[in-house]
Amino acid sequence: MGIKLKYEVDGEDFTRAGEASGDIKKTLKKLGFPPETVRNVAIAVYEGEINMVIHANGGEITADLSEDGITVVLADKGPGIPDIGMAMKEGYSTAPDNVRALGFGAGMGLPNIKKYSDGMEIDSVVGEGTTIKLKFLPKQ
Amino acid sequence: MSSFFHSVRLDEEKCTGCTTCIKRCPTGAIRVRNGKAHILSGRCTDCGECIRVCQHHAKYSERDDLSRLSEFKYNVAVPAPTLYGQFSNIEDTDYILTALKRCGFDDVFEVAGGAERVSELTREFMASDKAVRPVISSACPAVCRLIRVAFPQLIPHVIPLNSPMEETGRLARERARKVTGLADEDIGVFFITPCPAKITAIKQPICLEKSYISGAIAIKDIYPALLKNIKALKNESPESLKSAGLIGISWATSGGESAALLRDSYLAADGIENVIKVLEEIDNEKLNNIDFVELNACTGGCVGGSLTAENPFVAKARLQQLRRGMPVSGSHIGEGENVDDMYWQRPLTGYDIMRLSDDISEAMSMMNRMEEIRAKLPGLDCGTCGAPSCAALAEDIVRGFAKETDCIFRLRDQLDAPLFKDIFPAPFRKPEK
Repeated sequence: MGIKLKYEVDGEDFTRAGEASGDIKKTLKKLGFPPETVRNVAIAVYEGEINMVIHANGGEITADLSEDGITVVLADKGPGIPDIGMAMKEGYSTAPDNVRALGFGAGMGLPNIKKYSDGMEIDSVVGEGTTIKLKFLPKQ
Repeated sequence: MSSFFHSVRLDEEKCTGCTTCIKRCPTGAIRVRNGKAHILSGRCTDCGECIRVCQHHAKYSERDDLSRLSEFKYNVAVPAPTLYGQFSNIEDTDYILTALKRCGFDDVFEVAGGAERVSELTREFMASDKAVRPVISSACPAVCRLIRVAFPQLIPHVIPLNSPMEETGRLARERARKVTGLADEDIGVFFITPCPAKITAIKQPICLEKSYISGAIAIKDIYPALLKNIKALKNESPESLKSAGLIGISWATSGGESAALLRDSYLAADGIENVIKVLEEIDNEKLNNIDFVELNACTGGCVGGSLTAENPFVAKARLQQLRRGMPVSGSHIGEGENVDDMYWQRPLTGYDIMRLSDDISEAMSMMNRMEEIRAKLPGLDCGTCGAPSCAALAEDIVRGFAKETDCIFRLRDQLDAPLFKDIFPAPFRKPEK
């Protein structure tokens, strides 16, 4: 038996970014996943959620939780990523100045998602959107 | 869970069974049963929020009174620095300390003094390789208990030093032994406390085998006697009892402990809701660039404690004025002094009260059931069932603490009573034309 969670991410409201990752984290804690797994998921999904707000005007996050692992899919209909290789580089950012003024846009989003997850697939089409699939394995 | 001591208690006579406290409890530790607000022992952190919000004064804190002084041959009062902010028109803390001593004590030892030593040792600790950044203060016992039950994974960040209260208790005992030659059991050390969490920390210390403090007297209880004694001091000079400087006194307000570290990279948050948000941020590794985090469960810091007499903001303003002209720090750790006794005797250990089950697949099926139940509940979060929210009721049902018909809406649905079928309470009624 598993658990499915689904969230709409509002692209207009910066102050709400983090609600989805926060709720996933709360759920994982309640379920008794190991603290390290909970933290990794929370950090990676938060980065993804912020990216959705900054670059893609929102999107949808789904999480499938099971004893064997956690799969999170972050899907948006944003502008897409023209060069995924560049985007994966630490410090590379296309965030606009107003976003940087808030302390975001350090170019660590995608690298952090990769660092904190146990598997990451990016599927992006320019002009259509980006889908990131993340895998997390429970660690004791 | 009966092994947990709590100083926060309920006066059943006064409790009306209203829902105010259940909704304001930061750890969701209160349920109304049989018309009375009961505390779930394992979840309570003794933060005192329920004492503050109960308009019927049904929640109170267990504490000692001056009659306990007769148990000992020699008594020392150790006042929290918050005490100094409770009185108007006082320019010298010696008036307050002398007035306190005249309440029946043989000596007075300022907690502000112990605080200054804790500040010094914290500075040393921060410069060592033992510091796990951000280092979290361990001075507020409600915060320590909150970390223990809700953020056990952050325990390595918590600085393993005894609180200024305990350090002061230790020093006060040492001095009393030297002066009187009495044995420890004949010496009473009484903390003049701003909050119930400190009382819990004395009765059931987490990181010490036994508290150095014998009992706690609430600031608001001793306040009238202090006022009288201060008035009586009008035409004489007070005894010279103070030893602390502005660093020690600053511990009474949020940010004081941090400022004493003499570094810029710190964060000070107060008020239990803010504390929880900051702990979330630390857990999400968003505060890795911060060296020190000071957390106080009460708004404004200790001046906001629920056992104080004065408004916290007024108290803060008075402390600012009192500090003027004071030396930076009056108490120091001696050159080459062994500070082992300033560290915890045993580690802070977490126990997770949030998880549904120790078995993840069992927890998942419980969560799915919770979700099914929650979907049938009205979502009003009215509290009539005795739980703080519909989601909390759903969790209680799955944990076996409650049943679906505890919700009056579900009760109505399940009654086969046609008469009630078309009757809707106001929140669900269509507006009449």
